[in-house]
Amino acid sequence: MRREPAARIIGKRSWGDFHLLRLESPDLAAGASPGRFLMIRTSDGFDPLLRRPLSLHDAGDVWIELFFRVAGRGTALLAKKKEGETLDCLGPLGRGFRMDGFGAGRTAWLIGGGRGVAPLYYLARTLISRGAGVRVFYGGKTSAEIPLREKFESAGIPLDCATDDGSFGFAGFVTALLERALEGGRPDGLFACGPDAMMKRTGRMALGLGLPAQLSLEAVMGCGFGACWGCVHRIKKDDGGQWRKICEDGPVFGADEILWEEA
Amino acid sequence: MADLSTDLGFLRLRNPVLTASGTFGYGTEFLPFLDLAAVGGIVVKGLYFGPREGNPPPRLVETASGLINAIGLQGVGVERFAADVLPELRRRDTAVIVNVCGSGDEEYYRVIEFLDGHEGIAAYELNISCPNVKRNGACPAMDPRATREIVAGAKRRSRRPVIAKLSPNVTDIASIARAAEDGGADGISLINTLLAMAVDLDTRKPKLGNVLGGLSGPAIKPVALRMTYQAARAVKIPVIGMGGICTGRDALEFMLVGARAVQVGTANFVDPASAARIVREIGDYCDARGLARAADIVGTLKTGL
Repeated sequence: MRREPAARIIGKRSWGDFHLLRLESPDLAAGASPGRFLMIRTSDGFDPLLRRPLSLHDAGDVWIELFFRVAGRGTALLAKKKEGETLDCLGPLGRGFRMDGFGAGRTAWLIGGGRGVAPLYYLARTLISRGAGVRVFYGGKTSAEIPLREKFESAGIPLDCATDDGSFGFAGFVTALLERALEGGRPDGLFACGPDAMMKRTGRMALGLGLPAQLSLEAVMGCGFGACWGCVHRIKKDDGGQWRKICEDGPVFGADEILWEEA
Repeated sequence: MADLSTDLGFLRLRNPVLTASGTFGYGTEFLPFLDLAAVGGIVVKGLYFGPREGNPPPRLVETASGLINAIGLQGVGVERFAADVLPELRRRDTAVIVNVCGSGDEEYYRVIEFLDGHEGIAAYELNISCPNVKRNGACPAMDPRATREIVAGAKRRSRRPVIAKLSPNVTDIASIARAAEDGGADGISLINTLLAMAVDLDTRKPKLGNVLGGLSGPAIKPVALRMTYQAARAVKIPVIGMGGICTGRDALEFMLVGARAVQVGTANFVDPASAARIVREIGDYCDARGLARAADIVGTLKTGL
């Protein structure tokens, strides 16, 4: 992990509120692995003050990609950046997906909702390069909220889409689509990133079926590297739980170790 | 190159820039980004005697040029700090100040007595803004008598210098500063965070799990500067100023109103090498203005009053 004060934007694509940036940085690329993230400054001044955490969407030898949705002032400023401009990045940070055991003859199902699909493209590509079979379940409220479907398809990654309003693919939650698919077959593991409700449901299904599942959690972060203790989630310890840092101990945790608030 | 060395009387520092407790973890988190020998010293995260759970999330809310936190002083406790962190810090050439917490007076003293048995600590900073169960849940920092008593109790037991960290959530900071001096504090540091809250109008819920939190960052700098000025005029012991410092100029402004040293807080989150950059910027400013010693600027504000 390091600070890259001037990673240059060498590519950009936008779909409404969703944006994809490619940054040139051998240093950031060197530490990249699926599930890890960067902390990015969105302004040169102090407002917005904090960096924004964004997971790695893809990485190559000298570049990394970020995929995000405008959710507030910070991401709105980030969306205005143009090719040729530079970004101040910290990272890559955190513990990513654990892919050991996922090689030839093994299958992984990846479940992403909305902007949470960001790290799953990189994960899918990496798992496929290791010989594993991959199937991606991608959901959003409408067809406009699953803009990466063509990117997955053109990379030859098997994809099943779901939209809440039925405007594309399966009509309903992506977890309902997953549930149906699990009736017809079982992968060796699940990997998910998305809204809490989606991850909670995915985790429950996995535990019910005895399937290992890794969930990438999201949180507001103060620093991203373990110093502020601001981004905690309840993680099992002995018979109870403890607050563990999402940035440093995660963001990826096993479904069997995550404790959810009872709403 | 200007002389940046700083003499607090009880402690000599390479330069006047320290890192503020609660924003610098236990120090080791910053090793990938910052040479600890580049700063005057570090103040590590507040320690209670035992490990502490902290508050339920959400623990952070960003506000205009600021940050409200309600971490709840989650931490590892003194035993794990001494076993796992101190040996690592002892290998670094920097002054380590430990921020000491307590849920009652006795806990502060137990923390100090335990840490007094370990080497590699330059001073203690008393966090007297913790709710104190022996004092009906009130923070000692909000009452001159409680401040004096806790500082005096800590001084009696400690073999090391004691700095009292003051809260801005008081009506008269000068009287609290004097109470800390009367209790025998070797120095005071201020300000801790300003009590604050943020709410979500649409859900009608508080934005912090703890409802209330503490505001920090550039948003609080004018308040912090004012209180540092008032405290520095009230006492003879050294004052360490903090609150929203992000640049060398910010740091020098606190020195101008009377702080002999400063602490960098929330800026550490935004740029983990902030403190070292601020040291460089102080040096650059002095060089550009022909100031031989940064310390010469301390308390030289021309008010005309």
